[in-house]
Order: sequence, then structure tokens, then C-alpha cells
Amino acid sequence: MSGLEVELLDNELDADLRATVRSFLSERCDPTQVVKAYDGDSSLTPVLWKGLAAELGLAGLLVPESYGGAGASAREAAVVLEELGRSVAPVPFLTSAVVATSVLLAAPTEKGVELLGGLAAGERTAALVVPLTATTAQPLEPGETTVRSVAGALEADTLLVPVATPAGVEVRAVSADQATITPVSSLDMTRQLADVRLDPAAGEVVVAADHGADGVRSGLLAGAALMASEQVGVAQWCLTTTVDYLKVRRQFGRIVGGYQALKHRLADLYTSVEGAGAAARYAAGALALGDPEETEIATHVAAAYCGDLAVTAAEEAVQLHGGIGMTWEHPAHLYLKRAKADQIAYGLPGLHRDRLGALVDI
Amino acid sequence: MTPEEIRGRVEEFLAEHPVATTEPNAFLHARYQAGLAWVAFPEGEGGLGVSRALQPLVNDLFEAAGAPDNNPRRNGIGLGMAAPTILAYGTPEQRSRFLEPLWCGEEIWCQLFSEPGAGSDLAGLATRAVLDGDEWVVNGQKVWTSGAHNADFAILVARTDPDVPKHRGLTYFLCDMHDPGVEVRPLRQITGEAEFNEVFLTDVRIPDAHRLGAVGQGWEVANATLNNERVAIGGAAMPREGGLLGVVAESWRTHPENHTPELRDRLLRLWVESEVARLTGARLRQKLAVGQPGPEGSAMKLTFASINQRLTGLDLELRGEEGLRYEDGDGWAMVRPEHVDFAGRDAVYRYLRAKGNSIEGGTSEILRNIVAERVLGLPGEHRVDKDVAWKEIPR
Repeated sequence: MSGLEVELLDNELDADLRATVRSFLSERCDPTQVVKAYDGDSSLTPVLWKGLAAELGLAGLLVPESYGGAGASAREAAVVLEELGRSVAPVPFLTSAVVATSVLLAAPTEKGVELLGGLAAGERTAALVVPLTATTAQPLEPGETTVRSVAGALEADTLLVPVATPAGVEVRAVSADQATITPVSSLDMTRQLADVRLDPAAGEVVVAADHGADGVRSGLLAGAALMASEQVGVAQWCLTTTVDYLKVRRQFGRIVGGYQALKHRLADLYTSVEGAGAAARYAAGALALGDPEETEIATHVAAAYCGDLAVTAAEEAVQLHGGIGMTWEHPAHLYLKRAKADQIAYGLPGLHRDRLGALVDI
Repeated sequence: MTPEEIRGRVEEFLAEHPVATTEPNAFLHARYQAGLAWVAFPEGEGGLGVSRALQPLVNDLFEAAGAPDNNPRRNGIGLGMAAPTILAYGTPEQRSRFLEPLWCGEEIWCQLFSEPGAGSDLAGLATRAVLDGDEWVVNGQKVWTSGAHNADFAILVARTDPDVPKHRGLTYFLCDMHDPGVEVRPLRQITGEAEFNEVFLTDVRIPDAHRLGAVGQGWEVANATLNNERVAIGGAAMPREGGLLGVVAESWRTHPENHTPELRDRLLRLWVESEVARLTGARLRQKLAVGQPGPEGSAMKLTFASINQRLTGLDLELRGEEGLRYEDGDGWAMVRPEHVDFAGRDAVYRYLRAKGNSIEGGTSEILRNIVAERVLGLPGEHRVDKDVAWKEIPR
């Protein structure tokens, strides 16, 4: 239990990937467009997602070349997620390219392999039909049923459904056309939830019953591991934006960033954001190396730490911007809403600590 | 140099200097001369001019071979602070005079920086050094000097020009602690021990050849030392559950009768924070492998102090009634420890000793200023004494 050797800084390829994603998002993902999702206009999502998934080929990062993917790893996905977090980009990268893809990769059937090819090419988008708070497979009984608060379903053409069978949990792919997907007015409209009503029998088996429960579990674990990088991106934006603002805002004839009460808060925030960056990158590295026990420990550490940290960063951003931080016009609220929703997604920080304790004998 | 190449060097060295038959001190000198002491240092000065990242491997190989070590804990200030500063600012003569006996543990170092009137405001210090021929005559009082009672040399900052603003009138010296003008008095701490000292300097004579850096350059040189100190304190490589976390996790495991969900969650929070700090340290070392320590080390030290204080406090609670007893060693008796050890002695000692972690080597408040100003670029504190000659500052 001594930990793995993981490169925790960007290497040259990571830096190139980061620059590509950042420049794409700075051109096409302006906060004034993102905020429209809260007023019922989600037209930014399909345009952005097409660009990221198909043009930049990012949807296939986790998919091996033999299945038509890029054969990259969780490390690269983490870099992408940091940038997506920094822009609160409203795209289903985490739900489709990470969670649904990882579920399938556990042990895809022939149909599953075909679906992976479509996902990797950016031609198809999938969502796992579980509440966003799930950390374990919550298999459905056969027959029509509703699953509440599913993330990524609104953007998906294919729904992955864990189904209870006598042989275990199998994962079925149901076409979105065959389901009733009702949008939910969500805390985070940049990852809008939906209630999904469907009959799993309508689908094809993409992960067989002997691997389904593990597949769903590893998909959700990958989601938690890599969402930590998204949380780091959210937190970095909050820190940088707040520091920049406090360098220009004047009160009492002084730059307010010179007041020690504020400097010390920002120094603490910086320290925590640096820690979150290391923890998230380590979790991605452990996932990339495929060491199951170490991945679990690293994921619980990163999820427990980054989940709370991103919320702290966003709350500090709102507070330290003063009145402007409370406005619809300033983007800080987009980050606060994402951070708070992410904290609750894929297991609360306290749940991750509890599971960590079981693994490290505490 | 690749890890394989350096491994080859170590194996070759061990073949030429068998651990079993080589006298320990001779072994250490030979290791220094072979460049296998601090490998990132230049050739001829105990190193090979290779990446710092190779150092842990070299240390592991020597340890695995059962080689004698240089008692690094006894000379933490020498190895962690004096040596990198001497390397960076020393003349060739100074480097060849001081580095080898320092590394070999023959000369122990301490740090004469803080004074009763200059703690956080180190640059305001009042110890005077006046040139007399080719010697400096030093008078003043230093304080919080860990290990002064064991030290042979000290890194010393003194005021050489009171007529210029405080940061510009300082000079850095290498001071012989055996000079008759050096008097060391123990300073008893809240643990009962005296690991610190007061050091009184009365007409101490330091040859100009032992001045490190230019006259008036002392503040810059001292900052190089302090950056190294913060890395030394906050950034040591550590296994998972190393350091105080391991000690406290063990308390948890051995006191099941005291378990509550609240204690468990607090311990797990600290487990997570300690692991995050460990990874942050690992990342900082990856950065250092390609450059010098910067102000980021200050953030590590902040984290380390906060975690240690909460861990050691929790440890007393986990132990129940055992946490109320301070019985190991001589309890509160005044002793003079050989070296600083935060994890040494029992839980009460650790709780009390950890209180110093947010004070020594820069208070957490000053470190937050450093992070805010030098990392985040926020405005500096309002200073009335910055552009005033030191002697004009009210005190």
C-alpha cells in the first residue's frame, strides 16, 4: 500500500491536448452562451459536443484502438475534464465518454463493441441509466419503470440500462427513441438531469450478466475518479477569476486584494487547489495503470477531497466578488451550481471517506 | 544519467568499498568524493550534476547495502539549509572547506537568524557585524536556535549597514560556534525539553573569507535558505501513511474501545488530507527535479503544520485516558535532545511539539502572505519601514 509512481505534471502531449481543448472552448463556449441553458436554450450543447467528440476526436480517448478509439488513457481524459470544468462546458463527455464507455469496456458483447466504435467516433452518445448520485449498480427489474435524475440522458441516443436477471446484472442498450425522457429543472443546468421511463426489454445486451454489476461499478468509479479533474478545473477557474478581480477592485482607496483577511483566504484556497490537482491527477494515473485496489483508494481520496474543495472554491468566488458574485450576469454562479451538483454526484465526500476507511483499515 | 547508470555507479562503489570492511567515516568521505552524496550537486562537490530525482534511488541503494549513514537527522539544518545555500552563493574555497565535512556529519550546523526583536520581521534584525581588518566583529542575540548546543558552525545573518533600509543592510556569514564569544543557553519549551537555545554573540570574530555572498546581499541569500527550509520541512518524500498519520492511524487500530463514528470521520478526513499532501509533495519534487524551490514550498509547509496539529490533537482523544498521561522518558523533566523529532516520545509530546510547526521556519500567517504575494501576485502589505534607513525605524 505504498502508492504508485505517477507523473503528476503535464507532459508535452498533455500540454498540447490541453491547449487544443482550451482554445476550442475559449472560442465556442462563452459563459454568455452557457448561461442560456438556465433560460431554456440548450442549443450550445450539440454544437460543442459535436466539435469535441467528432472534430477533436475526444469521445474515443478511453476506447482502445482495436475498438476504433484513440487508445489514450484516463490521464488524457483528466486533462480534457480539467478544461471542461474550467469552462463549465455543457457537454456529455463525463457521462458518455467516461462513465458509459467504461461500463461497456468492462466486457462488451458484439453489440457492445459496435456501440463502442460509434461512441469513439463521436457518432453516438450514451448514458448510463442510474441516478447521478449512484455509486453501485441499481439494476432494474424487467418491465416498464422510471429512473429519476439521470445525467447525460438528454444528450444521449443510447441508454445503458442495468437489468436484474437470474444470472446477474446485465447491461442493455435501449434506443433513446424507445424511452420517455423528461427534462428536469436541475440545480446544474450545464449537466441537466432527466427522468427516464423505459422498458429494458426493448434493448440489446451490451454487457452480459456475468460482468454487468462489475461493469457498472467500474463505470461509476471511473466517473468519480475523473470528475475530480473536472472539479479541479472548476476550482482553478474560481481561484484565478477571484484573484484577478481582487487585483483590480478598489475600496477605501486600496486594491482590496491587499487586505490580509482576503489574502490569507486566497492563499489557503490556492494551497487546497494545488492539492486537489495532485490528487485528481494521481487518481487518473492509477486508473490509467489499471491497478484495481490502488484505483479505488486514489479515487476515494480524490473524490472526497476535490468534491468539497470545488464547492469551497465556488463559494469563496461568490463571496469575494461581493454583490457582483450574486448576479445572473457574472458567471460565478455557473461554477457554484456545477460544483455543488458534482459534490453530490457519484457519492458524497463522506461516502468516499467511509469506503476509503474500509480499504485502509480505519 | 539514467537510473540504471546511477545504480551501476553505486554498485561499482560498493564493490570498491565493501561496507563490512570499510571504516564508516572513510566510507562516507569516499562516497562524497565519488559524487554519490547529493547527486544533484556538481562533480567534485559530492555530486554528479544529475537530476535531484535520482537521489532517493541512491539513498535506497546505500541503505539496502547496510552502508553507514551521515546521521542526517542530527544535521538537518546543515543538509537541508546550509548546504544548498553554500553551494549557491559560496566561493570555490568555501565550498571545498565546508561541504564535505557537513555532508559527512563531522560538522553540525545550526541557524542564527531569529532574534528577540526580529521574528516574522527577520529583515529588521539588530545583530551587528563590523569590519575590523579582514575580520568581522559580531555582537547581538539570537533565539529559537535548534541544536545550537550540538553545532560546530552556524549560518548567520547580521546587520552590516544600519544607514540603509533594512533589507539592504544585511550580510550572511558562516559562524564558528566554538568561537569564545558564542554563548549558548537552553530555552525550555512547552514540552519540558530544551531543543531550542538562546545564543549570545559577544565580539565574535568571523574572517571575511567566511562571508557568504556580497556585503549587503544577506537578505537575498537568507531567502534562498528559507525557501530550502520550507521544502525541507514540508516536502520530504514519504510513503503512504508515513509521518504522523501512520502513528495516529495505529492509535486508532489499537484502541477499538474508543471508536466512535465522529472520531472515525475526523481521522479519515485527515487521512485524505495527508495523502493529498503526500501527492502534492511528490508533484512539487517532480517540479524541483527541473528547477530550484520557489515560494510553492511555503504552501506545503502550511499544509504540513495544519495537518500535524490536528492529527496530534486527535491522537490524544483516540487514546482515551492514556492520552492524559505524559510518562515516557522523564515526563516533564528538562532534557537536551540530540535532534528534532516530531514523532519522537509519546502522544502528549507530539501534541505539544506540533504547536511549533506553524511558528518555526515562518509562521503560517507569514507564509500565507508569501503565497498570496509571490504565487498569486496580490499586493504586498502596507509597510512604513521599507524605504527608511534601518536605524530610523522605531523600536
